[in-house]
Amino acid sequence: MLTFVIRRLLLAIPTLLLISLVIFLLVDLAPGSPMSEIPRTVPPEVRERMMQAMGANEPVVVRYLLWLRQFFLVEPAYVIDSLMGTNLAGGAQRVLSWQSRMPVFDIIAQRLPQTLTVIGSAYLVGVLIALPIGIYSAYRQYSWFDQLGTFVTMVGSSVPTFFTGVLLIIVFSVNLGWFPSIYDTTLEVTDWASFKMQIMQMALPVTMLALHNATEISRYMRSSMLENLGQDYVRTARAKGMSERVVVLKHVLRNSLIPVVTVIALGIPTIFGGAIIAEQVFKVNGLGTALIGAINASDLPTVQTLTFIFAVLIVFFNLVADILYGILDPRIRYD
Amino acid sequence: MTETAATLIEKPRSQWRDVWIQFRTHGGALAGMVVFLTLIAFVTVGPLVWTVDPSYVNPDAARMIMTRNKPPSLDWPLGTDQLGRDMLARMMAGGRVSIAVGLVAMSIAIVLGTTVGVLAGLFKRLDGPLMRLTDLVLALPLLPLLLVMVFLFRDALGRALGSETGTFVLIVSAIGATSWMQAARIVRGEVLALKEREFVLAARSIGTPPRRMILRHILPNVISPVMVAATLGIASAIITESALSFLGLGFPPDFPTWGRLLFEGVDYMQLYPERVLWPGLAISLTVLSVNYIGDGLRDALDPRIRGR
Repeated sequence: MLTFVIRRLLLAIPTLLLISLVIFLLVDLAPGSPMSEIPRTVPPEVRERMMQAMGANEPVVVRYLLWLRQFFLVEPAYVIDSLMGTNLAGGAQRVLSWQSRMPVFDIIAQRLPQTLTVIGSAYLVGVLIALPIGIYSAYRQYSWFDQLGTFVTMVGSSVPTFFTGVLLIIVFSVNLGWFPSIYDTTLEVTDWASFKMQIMQMALPVTMLALHNATEISRYMRSSMLENLGQDYVRTARAKGMSERVVVLKHVLRNSLIPVVTVIALGIPTIFGGAIIAEQVFKVNGLGTALIGAINASDLPTVQTLTFIFAVLIVFFNLVADILYGILDPRIRYD
Repeated sequence: MTETAATLIEKPRSQWRDVWIQFRTHGGALAGMVVFLTLIAFVTVGPLVWTVDPSYVNPDAARMIMTRNKPPSLDWPLGTDQLGRDMLARMMAGGRVSIAVGLVAMSIAIVLGTTVGVLAGLFKRLDGPLMRLTDLVLALPLLPLLLVMVFLFRDALGRALGSETGTFVLIVSAIGATSWMQAARIVRGEVLALKEREFVLAARSIGTPPRRMILRHILPNVISPVMVAATLGIASAIITESALSFLGLGFPPDFPTWGRLLFEGVDYMQLYPERVLWPGLAISLTVLSVNYIGDGLRDALDPRIRGR
């Protein structure tokens, strides 16, 4: 197991390097990149100085290596410095946003809490809804509950999240006026009233994302339960007089959760993609909004860094899913 | 004698007839098919019946203001938007683009995916690199990358091909280039299994060249999983396109698609909620019907289920 983990970790390094190269080149070599957007009226020597100030006059290889160094060495050093009070970084150049001249990682640190509160709780709620639904509809296959559940998951996975979000706003915020439609990121939870306010403003975005996640996960849960319910050990368990509760919730559920847990782990990075849309609908000032804003302002370092962080998340959770599978399922042996 | 025997034997049933018979028994798939065909008729035949120009803005400013934001009536069955443009005509024009994007992007993804899958499955030397490439693309954050791609290449392609064709080509190829991996994996798996079968061995032993092998023996046998992947691919391409338009990085403003209409409607949703309702419903219905068709096709094309 340990050798497998180490091998996978080592394999992740070239993958990440290649991904970073793809992202860097795509953004850098594109015809619409801001290097070509400097107005023609700007005199050549000023243009030269502007390029120099942005570090854009160096060859691509140099800029790529510099960016890698900043991303993998300098930025972690700054993180350690701020945590431990050391001086590892020694004032080295950080990844700066062209928009605000602020370190990109500071922007991320500002935005991450908002994204995580909304996305994290939405995913949690989604999983908590999905598991019981999946279990029950598999246990009572072809019952009206199962038929309804299958239909709802089909609809839920077909209706795009931005439409669900807009519908929720129209119904619950415009017509009924129960919840605010705009997420106020400046709200600080200090007392009961502000906590209630926070719950109110989280309700709609969380519902929207949770519904979407729940449909996918409950589908997996159901099919995994169905597969296990037909196994011989279930008959054995029933034959030796186990109560139905023990059979389903102990024997079958534990075995069916194995693939579902990995699906849940694999889904975590994709919800950040969904977050881009959710944040746009509910005006949450999180990472997704930061990305859209950076794209519209052609702020290359921010775009590159954010996209690469999303990629790191995907690679990381793929690894987590693989390892979880190995730990949970004793039949899988990687060595 | 032989003639009477021949008439007694039932005509052999073709495979596609069997598939159709099985497909018919799937109620959801049949309903999906009807809805999808209706939607296609709505966007293709509709503009011939309802001949209002979707981008017509009354040049007379006073009249334009009077025809703005109208509720549904006989003149404007779905009302008008903030510039007095007819919503029904815009829905038709937008649907044509959305469905076209879905179909073309899906075709690109399927052709790419099938090529990669067949090559990787058939030639051992290519298998490693091609599958690593597939894994690599799967690990890319697709929505952010699509946004970046559209933003960076939109103007350049727009200048070269005209803003509408340019955006169409860009969006379609960007979606196609980021959604072929599933098809490639499925096809590779199928090809690996097919390669061990006797008929491939027989074909190889009589000296069939690789090109003929692929076209005559391999491709016809992987067509059913590819068809299912293709149907589901249409749905995801339509969702991706409308998500891009919804984030403001899709087609140019004067060029309606369902996603774009939804995006424009959001600004007015407090006062005119129906303006987001129609495009949203259209997208959802299309995707839902296509998903149901895919579901039915999967059952119908699976010989283990068929005939039971």
